[in-house]
Amino acid sequence: MSSARWIRFVLKPAVFAGSLGPLGVLVFCAVTGGLGANPIEAITHGTGDWTLRFLLLSLAITPLRTLTGWNLLVRFRRMLGLFAFFYASLHLLTYVWLDKFFSWREIARDIPRRPFITMGFLAFVVLVPLAATSTAGMIRRMGGRAWQRLHRLVYLSAIAGVVHYWWLVKADVSRPRVYAMALTVLLGSRLFVAYRKAGGVTSPVRPRASTSATR
Amino acid sequence: MLIRPATEIPSSEITDERVYVRRREFLQACGLAAVGLAASPIAVNAQAAARPRKLENVAKGPFGTTEALTPYENVATYNNFYEFGTDKSSPAMTAGSLKSRPWTVKVDGECNRPADYDIDDFIKPHSLEERVYRMRCVEGWSMVIPWAGIPLCNVLERFEPTSRAKFVEFTTLRDTRQMPGQRSSVLDWPYVEGLRLDEAMHPLTILAVGLYGSVLPNQNGAPLRLVVPWKYGFKGIKSIVRIRFVDHQPVGAWERQNSREYGFYSNVNPQVDHPRWSQASERRLGEFFKRKTLMFNGYGDQVAGMYAGMDLRKNF
Repeated sequence: MSSARWIRFVLKPAVFAGSLGPLGVLVFCAVTGGLGANPIEAITHGTGDWTLRFLLLSLAITPLRTLTGWNLLVRFRRMLGLFAFFYASLHLLTYVWLDKFFSWREIARDIPRRPFITMGFLAFVVLVPLAATSTAGMIRRMGGRAWQRLHRLVYLSAIAGVVHYWWLVKADVSRPRVYAMALTVLLGSRLFVAYRKAGGVTSPVRPRASTSATR
Repeated sequence: MLIRPATEIPSSEITDERVYVRRREFLQACGLAAVGLAASPIAVNAQAAARPRKLENVAKGPFGTTEALTPYENVATYNNFYEFGTDKSSPAMTAGSLKSRPWTVKVDGECNRPADYDIDDFIKPHSLEERVYRMRCVEGWSMVIPWAGIPLCNVLERFEPTSRAKFVEFTTLRDTRQMPGQRSSVLDWPYVEGLRLDEAMHPLTILAVGLYGSVLPNQNGAPLRLVVPWKYGFKGIKSIVRIRFVDHQPVGAWERQNSREYGFYSNVNPQVDHPRWSQASERRLGEFFKRKTLMFNGYGDQVAGMYAGMDLRKNF
């Protein structure tokens, strides 16, 4: 099999199926009573966690590619990003349906008044245009440069998402801190690359990374 | 002070706990069968067998509710007990390291009979009562729990508090070997809670030593915990080693951690939101729809008088 066919018919379906795994586990546990005493809380936390994980995974593609030179990684970025949006939608739906029971008045009051909900809502809203413009046709229509500029909004969404998590925990920030550190590394690597590109660093620490970064 | 006991709960209203255990069994069997796996009654039996021994001579107490009880396995597996980790499921898994016997409760402060009591001597003079109470967590969920315990007022009277005693301060065990969660500095250990003396002497307030007719599981605060049903759950301090009569208002562990969010009174109040979330409604575990949170968790008839004239928004 050619490598293009290998990616298209084996790797991509495998990543797709794997990305549905967390949802499968949630559904299985929900059906078998395995979500514990507060199933709705477990669903809320589960979908929220996986939104952040997929956001971070999609943000890890570019730095990983730079480090390893595996350009095929970029072929999976859109799928991971769309799965982040998928889990974010489920997370929002859980809130709108199972927490607020479609009481739009209450939701409208919650969003501006509860800072952690404001942040979560912002993180989601920012993802909407990105998901809508994720097709090859949209990239063509918008032009690569404009498309790329728009899709930098994912940084804002990820930051808002992590802040959302940090602000909602009662006292133990150890888990949001892990996400915050991962995000710092991922965004920091971009700043580093941009800084070096601008000529800020005269002697690159990683010669190999520097050559691939200019590609 | 006028205290009206709520109507007795008819025993016909309480679902037999064995039915709850079987319900779980039934659900598990369904779920497992659905995915083509063999049902595992062994696992369920193991869980049932893990229940601590039965308590004897638990008399029905006043202030019952006719609401459905939260199943035992939920009460015993969904716990906020940061001494054993901050996940709700951690305490049930890790609280085995707590040794609830031998156990000493120190009574001191503004009273005539301070002493160190062995836990069994501490409890022995009192008869155990079953109290079916709602429990409303500050996080927005609630349970209905059949506690077995003793009215705190009966206990406190034994120690003869002096006229200088205005508050009662309770302290949890501090021992990082028995309570591994204390290695993390998520709260300023040991856990401390306090009540005004009249709140402590209120007939609704109990020291629980059991639930569902059995000895209190470690994860629920063995061997001795406070239950104050009109306050948010975190006021119900667990695994108590010290009771101190004081003349000043104690600072609880959560209040110390964040006094803007957790006040001394922490009475259940649907009108006063937590700074980060609404307290107007709650999720009763086991129910799909949320229910409205009641003022003083539905115990207003009994306790509202204690707060007459107080600004509950300020004294949250």
